[in-house]
Amino acid sequence: MSNENRIDTYRRKLLGGGAALVAGVTIAPGVILNTVAQAAKPGDRPLDRPVDDSVRWGLLVDANKCDGCEKCVTACHETHGVKSHGRPETDAQWIRVVKLRDRKTGYEQQLPVMCQHCKHPPCVDVCPTGASMKRADGIVLVDKHICIGCRYCMMACPYKARSFIHESLEGEQLPHAPRGKGTVESCTMCVYRVDNGQQPACVEACAAEHGEEGKALIFGDLKDPNSEISQQLKKYGGKQIRADLKLDTGVRYQGI
Amino acid sequence: MSVEFREIEGKSMGYLGLLALLGGILALGLGAAYYMEHNGHWVTGMTNQIVWGVPHVFAVFLIVAATGALNVASVATVFNRHVYKYMGRLSGLVAISLLAGGLMILVLDLGHPDRLIVAMTHYNFKSIFAWNMILYNGFFAAVFVYLWAMMDRNARPLYKPAGIFAFAWRIILTTGTGSIFGFLIAREAYNSAVMGPMFVAMSFAYGTAIFTLVLLASYAWTGRPLGDLVVRRLKNMLGIFLVTVFYFVLVFHIASLYVAQRHGVEEFLLFGDNIYSTLFWVGQMLIGLVVPFALLYLPGTSGSRFWLVIASLLVVIGGVIQMYVTIIGGQAWPLDLFPGLEESSSFFDGVIHPYHPSLPEFLLGLGGMAATLLMIALGVKILRFLPMSLEDHVVDPQHHKAAD
Amino acid sequence: MRLTRQLKVTLALIGLASLLITAGAHAEPPLPDIPKGKGEQCVEPTPVMRKQHFEFILRHRDLTMHEGIRTKKYSLVECINCHVVPNEKGEYPRFGSDEHFCSSCHNYASVKIDCFQCHADKPESAYGKAKGKFNHALGGSNPHHFSNKAAGPLSKGDLELVSAENNSHE
Repeated sequence: MSNENRIDTYRRKLLGGGAALVAGVTIAPGVILNTVAQAAKPGDRPLDRPVDDSVRWGLLVDANKCDGCEKCVTACHETHGVKSHGRPETDAQWIRVVKLRDRKTGYEQQLPVMCQHCKHPPCVDVCPTGASMKRADGIVLVDKHICIGCRYCMMACPYKARSFIHESLEGEQLPHAPRGKGTVESCTMCVYRVDNGQQPACVEACAAEHGEEGKALIFGDLKDPNSEISQQLKKYGGKQIRADLKLDTGVRYQGI
Repeated sequence: MSVEFREIEGKSMGYLGLLALLGGILALGLGAAYYMEHNGHWVTGMTNQIVWGVPHVFAVFLIVAATGALNVASVATVFNRHVYKYMGRLSGLVAISLLAGGLMILVLDLGHPDRLIVAMTHYNFKSIFAWNMILYNGFFAAVFVYLWAMMDRNARPLYKPAGIFAFAWRIILTTGTGSIFGFLIAREAYNSAVMGPMFVAMSFAYGTAIFTLVLLASYAWTGRPLGDLVVRRLKNMLGIFLVTVFYFVLVFHIASLYVAQRHGVEEFLLFGDNIYSTLFWVGQMLIGLVVPFALLYLPGTSGSRFWLVIASLLVVIGGVIQMYVTIIGGQAWPLDLFPGLEESSSFFDGVIHPYHPSLPEFLLGLGGMAATLLMIALGVKILRFLPMSLEDHVVDPQHHKAAD
Repeated sequence: MRLTRQLKVTLALIGLASLLITAGAHAEPPLPDIPKGKGEQCVEPTPVMRKQHFEFILRHRDLTMHEGIRTKKYSLVECINCHVVPNEKGEYPRFGSDEHFCSSCHNYASVKIDCFQCHADKPESAYGKAKGKFNHALGGSNPHHFSNKAAGPLSKGDLELVSAENNSHE
């Protein structure tokens, strides 16, 4: 049994216990767990503590390694129960592969584009109810409970990252990917998986397809200089899509 | 002399027929909204590319026109133009009716109209949209107080402050409505500070045109006397506003044409082989500006009430078309994620987005217009909005004497 | 006479109606048939849950959404995991049917909720194979608040475990 798993067991014990137990032990383990949470891996935060800004989750896309296989797209849409209704113009897409071509030289490349999880997200600025929101750890989400479906965020997003749900989905949803008619949605950076110590589905699928060396997607904490993503960015640099807008995106690209 | 205001009788077959017609259109609109909400928006022409469609064209048009319709009252109160004073009540009624009709459309098109209460209780104060909700509610409140000051002798001291407040509020409101588009940083067809003032100019034109139509219709249909003085003033006001709109449209497009980054979108909207450039030149410019302006001032048609009605109708039609070009055309042009590169994807990156408006969307839009007119028609029957006479010697005794 | 006949009919109808009303008063009021969930006890005593379940769920929803708190105690997914059970045919009832835990009572009380416009109305275990390989089960068929009861207060060993993990990061 690895330490990691034992910690999990411990936490389950703690969280799963009756109310009296929780009340009795909150203070001491709370303090200890807080120190544990400084490490920069998904799932390090105990799930009874709020997210904070000690981490900023990010993605790194290496366009040179992306072959457009769309495994990331499939994985994402399977994970979240996003299905086509046979109407491409109204079907939701959380992540898509964009093909680029330089008109003059004919140079072609492709890369996945999803919500860029901006530090200054225009969708959050314009949302009238505050349904468009940014978590303390940098993940941009839609609180569908208070989304009224005005679609102003879709007008404001520079990345075309958002989709409106144009039809009833009752009965089609998966337990950890709530989504429904009349609300707007986009990539959640697999917030549920990340909170539970997993990588986003697209990242996992990319590595499974192309191996550690060939993978085009890296997930990690942009604030931790030792994380794989930060190391890569330090070594090879990274660009933002529409960097001119100065939105400070959480998704970075190499090879564009 | 004091002017007598009185409710219209409202028993004629014509009036009841009008109510029935408007009620019918409104019912169709509500039915269309229910159909859209029940099935989801896929039954409309709106998509993930064209997220705002025909309902928004009508809604924004009505909301913009609403503030402009208050102009007649403002001119009397704020700028002391006595001639307009007796039209103040009707001006307030038309303004709130237009706003109510526009908001009705906007709300019924939401993905979750059932969550209107959420929109009223959760505010994100950085959102220009949320500001607008406050501005809309404030506009209702301001105009109600203003109307009260006009209609109740005891509230007379409020008349001037309420009028000035409502005028200031309406300028801010329309600037806010324009800024809904003006603040969209990533969309090349918008993202301009000129949007705010341009919408203010448009509101003057659209609001005056609608007010003129309502006034001429009510006086013609009730048989109450309406002097040429008032009609001439409204005509001149409309003419000036059309010139102002033309000025802002010119500034907006010239500024855009100057920016290399925007050559694509400007060429698309103004000279492209598509519906939007046709709508811009034939609809917005010709039908909405040039022809009505000519009708207002050419010797053959100037001074004719019939041609004033036609000119006002053309301004309204041109206004709706302008909104179509602005709202739909602006979205049809794709976002440019990678400037300088050709983009393509299964999510319609890099291509012009098609839009096929559906019947329910039009019905909802027309339903909002019908709701507006219904409110006005009922308003003038229930309360004293209309003066018994707007003859020249009534609205301006001095002028009449001088003319004699 | 036509009038007397009408009068008779009316009287008869009134009599019949009053009979029905009195009969109804003696009968038990109809109660919703609420399906029994898994386990013996919910996360709070039943009367508390009946009265306040929406408050717990609402508060938890905001905590989860905005602060990422994902404790299971008031999680809607966990509610469904225990409370939505297959019917005699072995099928999971859909929300809206009287067989579904939530709608059995909400139908009865005529209280409209829109949770299931977005949320799954079946337990995680119902997804079985349909679940893609990128979803892993949490709780689900093994609901935490019955099976994973803490053995007792935290032991010294537990604390050591945490400190060990803590040290290993340094």
